[in-house]
Order: sequence, then structure tokens, then C-alpha cells
Amino acid sequence: MKPITKRYEVLGDDFTHAGEASGKVKSMLRQLGYNSDAIRRVAIAMYEGEINMVIHANGGYAEVSVYPDRVEVLLSDTGPGIKDIELAMKEGYSTAPDEVRALGFGAGMGLSNIQKYTDDMRIESQVGVGTNMYMTILAQRPE
Amino acid sequence: MSLYYHSVTLDEDRCKGCTNCIKRCPTHAIRVRDGKARIISERCIDCGECIRVCPHHAKRARFDDISRLKDFKYTVALPAPTLYGQFNNLSDIDYVLTGLLNMGFDDIFEVSKSAEIISDATRRLIKEGALKTPVISSACPAVVRLIRVKFPELCSHVLPLLSPMQAAAIQAKGEAREKTGLPLSDIGVFFITPCPAKVTDIRSPIGIDASWVDGAFSIADIYPVLLEQMNKIKTPLPLAHSGIIGVSWANSGGESSALLQEKYLAADGIENVIKVLEELENERLTELEFIELNACPGGCVGGVMAVENAYVAKARIQRLRKYLPVSLNHVEGDSEMRRYGWNAPLEYAGVMKLSDDLEEAMRMMEEIDRLYKLLPDLDCGSCGAPSCHTLAEDIVLGDAQLNDCIFILRQEASSAGIALSPLFGKKMKKEGTINDR
Repeated sequence: MKPITKRYEVLGDDFTHAGEASGKVKSMLRQLGYNSDAIRRVAIAMYEGEINMVIHANGGYAEVSVYPDRVEVLLSDTGPGIKDIELAMKEGYSTAPDEVRALGFGAGMGLSNIQKYTDDMRIESQVGVGTNMYMTILAQRPE
Repeated sequence: MSLYYHSVTLDEDRCKGCTNCIKRCPTHAIRVRDGKARIISERCIDCGECIRVCPHHAKRARFDDISRLKDFKYTVALPAPTLYGQFNNLSDIDYVLTGLLNMGFDDIFEVSKSAEIISDATRRLIKEGALKTPVISSACPAVVRLIRVKFPELCSHVLPLLSPMQAAAIQAKGEAREKTGLPLSDIGVFFITPCPAKVTDIRSPIGIDASWVDGAFSIADIYPVLLEQMNKIKTPLPLAHSGIIGVSWANSGGESSALLQEKYLAADGIENVIKVLEELENERLTELEFIELNACPGGCVGGVMAVENAYVAKARIQRLRKYLPVSLNHVEGDSEMRRYGWNAPLEYAGVMKLSDDLEEAMRMMEEIDRLYKLLPDLDCGSCGAPSCHTLAEDIVLGDAQLNDCIFILRQEASSAGIALSPLFGKKMKKEGTINDR
């Protein structure tokens, strides 16, 4: 079956809008009657990714494709890129600025959380060019 | 009783078919059809927002008439603590309670007493680690119903304890039976409340099979009669028996502060409640142990059937409770704990979904997207739906058609050679601008 594909702009200039795209995806999945655990995992993983894009990359876009058995998300930005992906994936590692930490973000849990909630994730990044993050969330997680 | 009994109803004669209620409904449960507002039953959570915003007073809540007292041999009033905040210069809660007796009730039982019991039970359950944290309060029936229709992952976080109202009814009926020897069916307990959602919770309760409360009177209805009685009292009877904790439940933050710890959040007003629930669903508030949510601004004092402004009432309650003891009611042992527990967990009702079949829902979603692109994205409400997107959903669900949109209608008329411009005024934009977004 052809997926439902939606594209959302993630505005980088205003931190207060962060999290809007994942919120919209959540209500769409609920209307579709998607598995509620999968909805939760999509919403959290995408939220974390969205926050990262706003903090580090001045925004970008999110493209979400909904299949009956899975949700695929692409988060794409033209930000500074990630120098060392393996290091960035480590729990607690963060390069977030202080003003963002003051809001409770930047604990260095974003990427590891995404990994935890998705069934597959892949990061393509080039320093100075940007980052593409692909994630897949299965409607039913294998036991 | 039906799952979808509602206390909020429409007075057709007063309804002008305007857009105020459809725009403010937090679950998009209202449409205007044939010039009158219509509530989509399974989505309504009885929060009362539509009653609050209707400028024509066409939205009402079904409360009981005081004549129902005659249906019982012995009657008990259950005053919500919010009632105490409605009177100017009140120095003693006993005036309110004595006034209730003088207006025809045989006895009174303060809901604030049971609120203290529920607070004690909550403290115990949290201490035992028996609950999934953060625990969400179950006291506001509109919030519980909101979670049931919109937040599946949070259903298991809702405190599985009866509301103080139901707990008070159990205690009051037991005491009255003891005192009078009458069977329970001859004893009528009536809640006095500012809240339409409580009426729904009496008719169609969550967590217990049948309600212990026999009916509800609104504060607004009872106020003039009660005030008259209160003004005649020379020496009130010493009836009040609750402390700061119980009385404070009327205000947002009252239930939380009764837990005697800081890891809580208290939010009020339905929009704020929804934002907090979304944060919770995104697992952003894991450091908290307790979440108190009230649909009305300020808490129960902000209920739509209160007489006094919420913040004035709050200030009065703060003054009234000043010299009260902290708490006068406690849970006596495990058997009493069990009396106030839910007998079934809260279950999600997926009323927002388009179809039970996922692939069918996906096809419908695609059609919604296609239709939505044709609409002007003005969310004007003239079609009777709260937004262009909900109109697109309604069309796909077979409850509306595309030319319910006046802009589409104008387009269709103009392509049929009918000039509608006099109807829409001369400064109307050129045709064809509808898709130019």
C-alpha cells in the first residue's frame, strides 16, 4: 500500500515552536487508529530529533511516511553537521548551549533516546553541509 | 447507563448557530448543522467550556430540581468546598452547613471530609510505590474523560481512587443508615456543585459500577434559597469537621499540597491541561510524582455553575481555612482503603480514529488531505466545523459536503454564472484565489 507522506517545516529561529511537527504527527496517527505504543515511540523519537534540529541546526524539515506496518521519518537539516557520530550517540554527551540547558534540554540523551524508541536509525552527516537522520518505527515491535 | 450520557445540553430556541462554542470545544465535539449547534456525543467530555463561552446562554447543564428531595425519606446534602467561597463576609463554614439543614435537608456531609480521606489514601499508595508515576489525579471528571478519549498511554497513570464526591456519598449513606435504620434506597444524597461534569459522573461513573450519589444541585440554583436561610441564622450548629487539606481541594493546587511533598505539578484551565498531558505523553515530566489537573480555570472554584468569580472565591477560601486544623479525617486501615478504590482501570476509547481498519483509515486520510488543500485555511467556522481540517474530516466521514464551505460555494456559483458578489460585498477578492496559499 502507498504510504501517506507528509512534510513539515521545522522552524529554527524560534525555539518555542519546537515539538509542533511531532505533535501533528501524533494526532494524525491517532486518527488513523495506529498502535498506541508505536504512536508514543514515534512522537518521542521525532520530538527529540526536532529539538536537536532547532538547537543545533537552525531548523530544517521532517518528512514522515506512514505505512500500515511502520512509520519512517526523515529529519533533514543544513546545519553544521556532526563531527563524530559515535561520540554524539553516547549518553550524556552534549554540545548544547547553556541557555538551552536552562530549559531542561541538552542533557545529552537525545540521540540515545531516539535509538531506544526506534527500531532502526541511521545518521548521515557532513560537517558544514548538514545532517539527515532516518528512523523507522514498527507498528508492532517484535518480542 | 450509556457510556455517553451528557449533562451538557442545548436549548434550541436560544441557539443562534454562531461559531463560539465550536471554536472553543477542546475535543472538537460540536458542529453547527441546520443553524443549530450539535454535540458529537462520544467526543464530549462535559467540561462545560461551551456553557462558559455561549453568548446566548443556549448551552445548559442538566442538574436536578430541588423538588427531588421529596423522593426520599431522608436526604443528605454533600456540599463541595467550592460552595464555601461563594459568600461575602462568611466567617464560619457552620453558617453554610446550618443553612443547608434549614432549607430542607435532613443532614449534611462535607465533601471536604472525604477529600481528606482521598488525600490520605493517595499518600499511602504513593509511599507504597503501588502506582505508576507520575500519578494523574482522578478528581476532575472532565480531565478523566479527556484522557479516556485522547491520551491512551496515560490511562494507566490515572489515580485509581474514587473522587471525594463518590467517597462522601458512600460515607454519608452509611452514616444515615446507621442513624435512621432506613434502607439505602430511602436515603437520598445530593451533591452541591458548580460542575456539569460531576453530573455526568453521577449518571455514568468511571471506576465503579453505579454511583452512590442520587443527584446534583447546581450552586447557582441553590444559592438564593441558601443565602436567605443563612441570613436568618443566629447561632449556627457546630457541624464542620474538616481541615485545611479538605477545604483547599476547591482550588487548583489544593489536592497536590495535601500530598506534603514538592514533586508535583498543578495545572488548571482545559487548554493548559491538554498541554501538560501532551508533555506527559512525551515523557518529559518523569521527575514528578503527582499531576493535579482541573479543567476549570482556578480549579473547582472556576466551575461554570459557581456564582462568584473563581479568584474571589479562592481568596475567600484561603481566609476561611486560616484557623482550621491541618486535617481531621484519615483512612482507618486497609479495609477502608479498599472501599475507595476503583474496581476497573480506565480504558481508552478511541473516538478520534477514522476507521477500525488501518488501511481504510489511510485512504480516508489521503482524501482528507486532498479536500483540505481545496479549502481556504481560514478556519472561519461558517461551514459549522471548527476548522477547515475538521470540515475535510467531516466530508470524508459523510457528515458534510464540500460546498458547506462558503468560499467553495461562491466558486461553484460563479462558474455556474451566478453572480454572488452583491452577497459578499464589492471588495471581495477575485475568484480563484482560494488555492493560492
